[in-house]
Amino acid sequence: MTVIDANRMHEIETRYPEYFHRSFRQRFGGLMILIATLLYSLYAVWFFDLPKLFAEAHWERVGIYLSQWVSYDVQPEFRIGDDGSIDIRYPRFSPLGDNPHPDWLVNNRDGSITVSISGTSRTVTVSKSETIVTAHGISVPVEVSSGAPKVVGPVPGWMTVYDDNVLADLGFAGDVSISVDRVKIRKRFIGWANFIFDTQSSFFDKSVGEVVSLIVSGPRIKPDQSNLSLAFDDIWNNSEWQHGDVWTKLFQTIVMAFLGTLLGSLAAFPLAFMAARNITPNRLLNQILKRFFDFLRSVDMLIWALFLTRAFGPGPLAGSGAIFLTETGTLGKLYSEGLENIDNKPREGIKSTGAQTVLVHRYGIMPQIVPVIVSQTLYQWESNVRGATIIGAVGAGGIGLKLWEAMRTNANWENVAYMVILILIVVFIFDAASNALRHRLMGTKTH
Amino acid sequence: MTIADTQPHMQSTQEIGTAWERMVARRRFYTILGLVILVVAFVSSVRFADESNAGHFFDRLPHLFDFLSWLIPKDWNDVWRALFDIANVNDKGGEEFNFDKGRVYVWGAFYIPEYFELMIVTINVALISTIIAFIFAVPLSFFAARNLTSSWPLRIVAKRLMEFLRAFPEIVIAGLFSAILSIGPVAAIIAISLHTIGALGKLFYEVAENIDMKPHEGMKAVGANWWERVRFAALPQVLPNFTSYALLRLEINVRASTIIGAVGGGGIGEELKLSISRGFGAKTMALVLLLFVTIVAVDQFSAWLRRRLVGEHAFLLQH
Repeated sequence: MTVIDANRMHEIETRYPEYFHRSFRQRFGGLMILIATLLYSLYAVWFFDLPKLFAEAHWERVGIYLSQWVSYDVQPEFRIGDDGSIDIRYPRFSPLGDNPHPDWLVNNRDGSITVSISGTSRTVTVSKSETIVTAHGISVPVEVSSGAPKVVGPVPGWMTVYDDNVLADLGFAGDVSISVDRVKIRKRFIGWANFIFDTQSSFFDKSVGEVVSLIVSGPRIKPDQSNLSLAFDDIWNNSEWQHGDVWTKLFQTIVMAFLGTLLGSLAAFPLAFMAARNITPNRLLNQILKRFFDFLRSVDMLIWALFLTRAFGPGPLAGSGAIFLTETGTLGKLYSEGLENIDNKPREGIKSTGAQTVLVHRYGIMPQIVPVIVSQTLYQWESNVRGATIIGAVGAGGIGLKLWEAMRTNANWENVAYMVILILIVVFIFDAASNALRHRLMGTKTH
Repeated sequence: MTIADTQPHMQSTQEIGTAWERMVARRRFYTILGLVILVVAFVSSVRFADESNAGHFFDRLPHLFDFLSWLIPKDWNDVWRALFDIANVNDKGGEEFNFDKGRVYVWGAFYIPEYFELMIVTINVALISTIIAFIFAVPLSFFAARNLTSSWPLRIVAKRLMEFLRAFPEIVIAGLFSAILSIGPVAAIIAISLHTIGALGKLFYEVAENIDMKPHEGMKAVGANWWERVRFAALPQVLPNFTSYALLRLEINVRASTIIGAVGGGGIGEELKLSISRGFGAKTMALVLLLFVTIVAVDQFSAWLRRRLVGEHAFLLQH
């Protein structure tokens, strides 16, 4: 920046003294607000006990959970029998189905089994006397013949030795837990397993071509149902992803927002006319209605939702009712403020022709207020689609509860990701649709 | 849209008249079509909502007030006792009347009633998350404003980031962080802050795009860099509006922190949810009363402050 010299500075100062001799509040007000905010922040740090909380936080879970959003794992277990035989088991709901023969598991000629955790660089070879873990460029044999597993040679940093088992952490690719009679492997894959067909489906593990040809011309898998409807059934009722349920719940959320906003708008519309000072000259009625709107808004959507779930039982009806009550308050306030800001001249003009009150409202007020009403209502609708996901979690129906339950188990993070993506898509579509509609109705350009 | 815009070549009054009639007819058609669509959507939504609800509307409607009457306490003084944690003679070890439990002793026998403490937690969640969001939203909004940032990739990134933060369900962030940080208000703070950054950022950059550019040009003429231009030309113009919007957001966040509280974020929301689901009349009444008074007080205070800052015109309620 250009810097001016002292003479010039002095000259300016004499010309505009009011800018150089300002009151205490003008000079230090901002600084004091800043200091107050800082002090408050310090108080908040103490109040919520942040240092302790952050020290005790399980930060390692961030990575684990986030990686679970986009991946799944398979957990084969190798049981080593007394006679030296190796028995492979998969958990009951393994994503590989009932009859897994994965190509990353190789039976060697000498009876041992090699599992590739990540290509050829990270492998586990299980035999009856030892398990060899290869990772980070070295191979570490673990003896399992005696009472406890024993690491042969130095123990690398990624391996932890416990009393009766040895744990090898192979990063994102998975981990291995070795004990004397069994080796448990967790192998992680990127992607969402069984997203379309679950392991119970007859279409499971078939390629796209096979599925299409089965649907188009294949023999009926179930004699009493066409393959197309069977395929649809299998997708819709996928037990892992619950597409049908998720989509229904998502639709419930949208319906809740739609019904609540529409009903709220219908209720708020006549009330707003009565609440507007300039249209209804009765001050008492104005005040009563305005406080009523405030009451509806202040006794929050959450409380209405809790009340209505007790009355109607959990479901979208309770949610719609809660949004309806809150929206009557919000939209009533917005509409009445809009009405108070209209130009009174058209009304007077129409009144002067001797028209009835209804006609005065119709032709004197409506043309001015309709764009405001439509625009505000669309705004609210859009924001209610977002809000409805939360009240869903307290039992008001919709996707919120499903989302909350999926998170609470701490295991279904991929389902959380799926629902989040669906919600984001819906919100963005509504955002765009309401923007487009609003600009079309108001005739303004998008920004 | 007027007729002259669409058909500028028209001359005779008769032509204009018929064109006008055609336009009115078309408009009427679209209005009716829109209304029909709306009615159909409405009726089918009502049926859908009714069918997928646990209890049906007309079956349950007569019972709506049963429930409310159940919540009305037998002794209205219990509401005050519950609110101020005064011991109750009805207390027989159950949870419904154990009003004096949960007092927070500050100094000797002086205590803060439990619900006030929870309310303070909720307000603190709202306040601190508004402050955090304000700190992040201000620079983001300057990066997103067309007139202040000339690099379009930066602008697009800032805008998309804010949109994403706005749209991402708060409840998921709260759930994720309560798994990491243990259940409590901090997860709620993070969730509300992130959402508020997006919401405030949008309002802020719209304000920033409408500033008077003359001071900015003046600063540019004396060779000020980007930071100095924003600090001395833009910030003083937008700060009152920014503060006003932040206060507006504070009101919304008090409600948001109550809701997040109900799904495990601590504070008064959680207590309210428990109280309602167990049917504790006096406790629920006390909580609703406290919440109502607090929200009205916060609304009034912030309205008063906003009126002093920017005058009447910034009173649009936006989420």
